[in-house]
Formats: sequence, structure tokens, C-alpha cells
Amino acid sequence: MTATATAPHTEAAETPPAEKAMRRKRRGITMTIVTTLGALLLAVVFLMPLGYGAATALKDKDGVSDPNAAVLPVSALTFEYEGEVHDVYAVPMPDGTTRDLALIEPGRESSTFVDPEDPGAGPIEWDGRWRTLEPVTGLNPQWGNFEEAWNTISFLRLTGWTLMYALVSMALTVVSSAVVAYGFARFRFPGRGLLFGLLMATILLPPAVTLVPKYAVFLQMGWVGTYLPLIVPQLFANAFNVFLLRQYFLTIPRELEEAARIDGAGPIRTFLRVIIPQSVPALTAVSLFHFFYAWNDFFEPLLYLAGNREIVPIGVGLSYFSGVYNSEPHLILAASLLALALPVAIFLAAQRVFVQGIVVTGVDK
Amino acid sequence: MSGFTDAVLTARRRKGGRPTRPAGPMQRREARWGYAFISPWIIGFLLFWLVPIGASLVFSTLDFQLTDPDATSFVGTSNWERALSDPDTWTALAATFRFTVLFLPLSIVVALGLALLLNSKHLKFTGFFRLLFYAPSMIPLVAGVLIWQQVLNPQTGWVNRLIGLTGVDATGTDGIRWFDNPILVLFAFSFIGLWGIGNAMMVNLAGLQGIPTELYEAAEIDGAGWWRRLRSVTLPLLSPIMFYNLVIGSVAILQYFVVPWVLFGATGRPGGASRFLLVHFYQQAFVFGDMGYGAALAWLIFILVAVFTAVLFGTSRYWVHYGTERS
Repeated sequence: MTATATAPHTEAAETPPAEKAMRRKRRGITMTIVTTLGALLLAVVFLMPLGYGAATALKDKDGVSDPNAAVLPVSALTFEYEGEVHDVYAVPMPDGTTRDLALIEPGRESSTFVDPEDPGAGPIEWDGRWRTLEPVTGLNPQWGNFEEAWNTISFLRLTGWTLMYALVSMALTVVSSAVVAYGFARFRFPGRGLLFGLLMATILLPPAVTLVPKYAVFLQMGWVGTYLPLIVPQLFANAFNVFLLRQYFLTIPRELEEAARIDGAGPIRTFLRVIIPQSVPALTAVSLFHFFYAWNDFFEPLLYLAGNREIVPIGVGLSYFSGVYNSEPHLILAASLLALALPVAIFLAAQRVFVQGIVVTGVDK
Repeated sequence: MSGFTDAVLTARRRKGGRPTRPAGPMQRREARWGYAFISPWIIGFLLFWLVPIGASLVFSTLDFQLTDPDATSFVGTSNWERALSDPDTWTALAATFRFTVLFLPLSIVVALGLALLLNSKHLKFTGFFRLLFYAPSMIPLVAGVLIWQQVLNPQTGWVNRLIGLTGVDATGTDGIRWFDNPILVLFAFSFIGLWGIGNAMMVNLAGLQGIPTELYEAAEIDGAGWWRRLRSVTLPLLSPIMFYNLVIGSVAILQYFVVPWVLFGATGRPGGASRFLLVHFYQQAFVFGDMGYGAALAWLIFILVAVFTAVLFGTSRYWVHYGTERS
């Protein structure tokens, strides 16, 4: 090495290759730890509201509204003794220990306590002013909040209607979209490019521009206040689903269809016997996409079901509930957690299919 | 790359370019079957798109009140004049513009950042992290909004209590009131919006995984650092996907509704910041029942979306990179 070389160069040149490799490996390990810990921190921040929601949904009403309340659902402990509820205090005993005892008979200079751990041992007399004692607090999750939220929002009814809407519209849109997608994927006809462009354009068109006349017509037909305006249009395919399925159909080798055709199968039979069985992964992905889309659907149910609060899906039901119960955030949070449990559980169970669906097609709904 | 933009661009390019083949009986039969298969969509397109869009234009020239449909009369362009002079329309345009300027770049950068993180060779437990970052997208939007509403509660929410730990008086009366300030509320909307970033993130990740590693190796041999590789390899090759995310994202913001509606209804609080275009439209058409005026507002949204996407597609040739030559 010449003297003009900069310090790091000199150092690098003098380092034996084995040590260099070691150093690189050590740097790689450091990078891995830093990156992974950073990602973990980011995920914690990202998911923090869920932790808050869970902790707060389990609080009692006082604990929710107190700005200085503990983070976890903590409240003063009580103990039921002979049919009455008594507060629990930290009592310093003559022998120097402190015991958590329930105050059953307060007096000025001496009081009677009972040990919640061992009420059978009978009352304990204690000399001193009970007002100087510290109340004992402890983790006290209010699981009843979930029950109360469940009943107040009629969770089963909301879920039932949401499931009905999601499943029926899913079945209709998957069937109709598969038929249309096959038409675009396999048949040549004049205007195909233009029509497909129009189909894709409807993804970007704002539905608002169609709502006023649609609402007026549905109102005339007596459909407003029912699920018909939400479900019937699913019979006529949906651009996203057509696009996803067409992409998949294009990857199916034509030879399979040729073989069916030679056996005398017409296009309908080929579609049912060859294409559909080959496309189960894509059909599953599209079904899942639509299921979650329908579960989340808010605007149109709000609009078309406005006059019929008994049958709204869960998103609209939750928004009504939060408007009425805004002074009881613990119930709102409990209801929200109930509402997200089912879709998140389905997602976790089916996430492989779901993620593949997004990745394979490079598009999302 | 992004199949969506491919399809739109290919459809556009194909228009009129294809030589017409002589139509024999085989071709005619194939065409008939093709039309038969796509007929559900054609009927749906006419019934639920084309005719209603045209009818909306007609409705926008009528004084049509839902409460008194029999008194409907032709009023010419007065609904349109009213739409353009209504202060609420301008409030809605301003709210939409401000939120677009804040959230669109933010969401695109965060979606790309998370995808880069998940694609990093230094990250362990990739599948686990992918799940964690995607999961909030699966939470029903209304439930997510209600959770965030409590997390951002000025006195009891964790966000302000965390900020309070740094010594800032966040929870007091002069504290950070996320839902009472027209600028802060845009950040509240953004936090909620970032919970839905999962799809954009996954599409980006799929794009990143499709970039050949040889390109990075070649860049590294040329001495390109991390930033240079991102700028000269990753971003150009990812631009079709970024374009897709940009189009979908901006069209969604122009139709932003659920979050402001669940939080503020049609009140427009705070200071008009939640009166987005669709909130304004919904209030006029379906709360007040002024369907003629609503139709004019809906057409205004339609024109805005059309102009916005036309500009995006028009400028895409200057920055969206399609690497391979296509026949």
C-alpha cells in the first residue's frame, strides 16, 4: 500500500480475508437485529389502538372517563361478606405485616375487618382510624361490558344480516363475474378491447353519479328499505372480480379446452367442466375479497336501508350505536371489538389464499 | 407489472389498431358466444351505469324534491349555478384538497416504506410482520374509526397520554384536541387511513419481489449505495405499481365518506373540515331530499374524478416506466 491511501483502505487491505468475512457477517447480524427490532417497534405503534381498545373495553365507566386512571382496567377491590359489599384496605397489623382486609364494620378508633382470603376465620378487630388506610386496587376486568354491548347492539341480529348480505352477494357476483370473465378471456369478438376498457373504467367511476336516479327508481319499485338494491346488481358482474378472474383464466392452457371441444363439449360445458375446476384458487380469492368488501360496505346500506333500522348490517349498526352511546366509550369499544372479531378470524384462517390472491393478480379490491 | 394499468393502457392502445379479419362462420359463432358470456355485464353496465349517469344529468336540470315528487319542474342550469355558488361546495372542495395534499403522499410513502421493510433481507419473521401490518386492513372500517376516536380522546386516549409523558400538556384544556381543530382532524383522518394501507403495501411488496436481483447486484458492483439503488432501480421498476396505487388512492379520496360521516355526520365539524364532497352530496340529496341539486353535485364529483384520472393517465408516460417492449 502506498502512503497516499486513505485510512480505511489501508485497514481493509491489511485485514486478512477470513477476518473480513467475519466482520461482514457480524455487521449482517447487527443489521438483522436492528431491522427486526425496528419492525417490531413499528408494529407495536401501529397496533397500539387495538391494545387501547381491549384495555378500555374492560374498564368500568369511572375508569374510562378518569384521565389519570391506570392504563389497565384497575379499580378498587371489593369483597362480598354476608350479602354486603365491602371495600378492601391495606391494613398494617401489630406484627409489622400488612394484610389486605375487607372493612365490614367501620368505627372511629377501631374497626372490624375480615380476611377475603379466609372469611371463615371470622372478624378481625383492628385499632386505629380506618380513614387513614389505603384502598387496595387490583386488576378488575369488566367482562360484562362485552355482554352488555352484545345485547345492546343486538349483535347476533346485526351479524346475521351482515352474513346474509355478504354470502348472497358473494355467490351472485362470483358466478356472474366468472361467466363474464370467461367471455373476455377466451372469445374474440368485435369491440372486445373497447368493452373491456369500459369495464375497467367502471372501477374508477364514482358510484355517486348513478345514485340519484337509482334511488328514485328503487323507491318507486318499493325496494328501498330492503336488501334488493344491494343484492340484485351483483347478478351483473363486478369489474374488479371480472378482471381478477380473467387474468387467471388467461393462464389456463388452451389445450385443456381443445381436448374438451374434441370430445364434443360446447362452450358452456367447457366452462363448467374445465375452467371452473381449474380456477378454484382464483374463485376462492375473489370470494374472500368480496366477502370482506361486503362486510365493510357502508354507504349503500346506509342509503338504501335508512328507513329500516332492524335489518342494517354491522357497520351501519355500529355507527347508530356510537351516536346514541357516546357517553359510554367502554361499550362502544367492546362493540367494535366484537364487530372486528369475525372478519379478522376469517382472515387469519384464510390468509394464505388471501395474500396469494393479491400477489398473483397484482391488484386488490 | 401492475395488471390493472396494463389492462387499461393496452385497451387504449388497441383501440382501432387491430386489422379486421374477414368474418367467417366460425368467427361469427365465436363472437356470438363471446357476447353471450359477457351479456350479464353489458346489461348491468346499461342498467346501473350508463342509463343512471345520463339520467343524473337530466335530474340535475330538475327541481325534484323527495318529499314532493309530484311538484317536479324543469329549472335549467339553476342547480348547477347553485352548486358552484354554494359555500358548502367550496368548503367540500377545500377539505378534499387539503386532505389529498396531506394523505396521498403520506399513504404512498408509508405503503412503499413498509413494503421495503418487509422485502429487506435483514428482516426476520417476514410472514409474521406482513400479517401484523396487513391485519388492520381487515378491521371493519366503522369499528376502526370508533377505536381511533377513543384512542385520540384528548383526556383519556393513549396518544395524548403518551405525548403528555414528554412533558407537553396534551391532555389539559389547552391540550391537543384532535377532533376540534380543522388541521389536527386531518391527522386523525390520516391515522385511520393508514390502518387501511395493507392492500397498497401488499401490491408494492409483490412488485418489489418481481424486480430481478441481478439488477441490484449490477448496481452494487457499480458502487451504488442504498439510496441510489432505490432511486435508480427500485422506483423506476415499481412506478407502474405506484401509478396504480396513486390512481386508486386519489379516486378514493375524492369519494371520501365513511370516516367523516361516522365521526361527524353531516355537521362538517370542525370548521368544515369533515364536509367532504360525498358528505355534502349525501346531505343534500338524501338528508334534505333535494335530488335535483344532489344530481348536479354528483355530476360535479364525476367531472372531478374524470379530470383527475385523465391528468394522471396523461402524465403517466413521463414518469411511469414500462421496462420491456411490448408487441
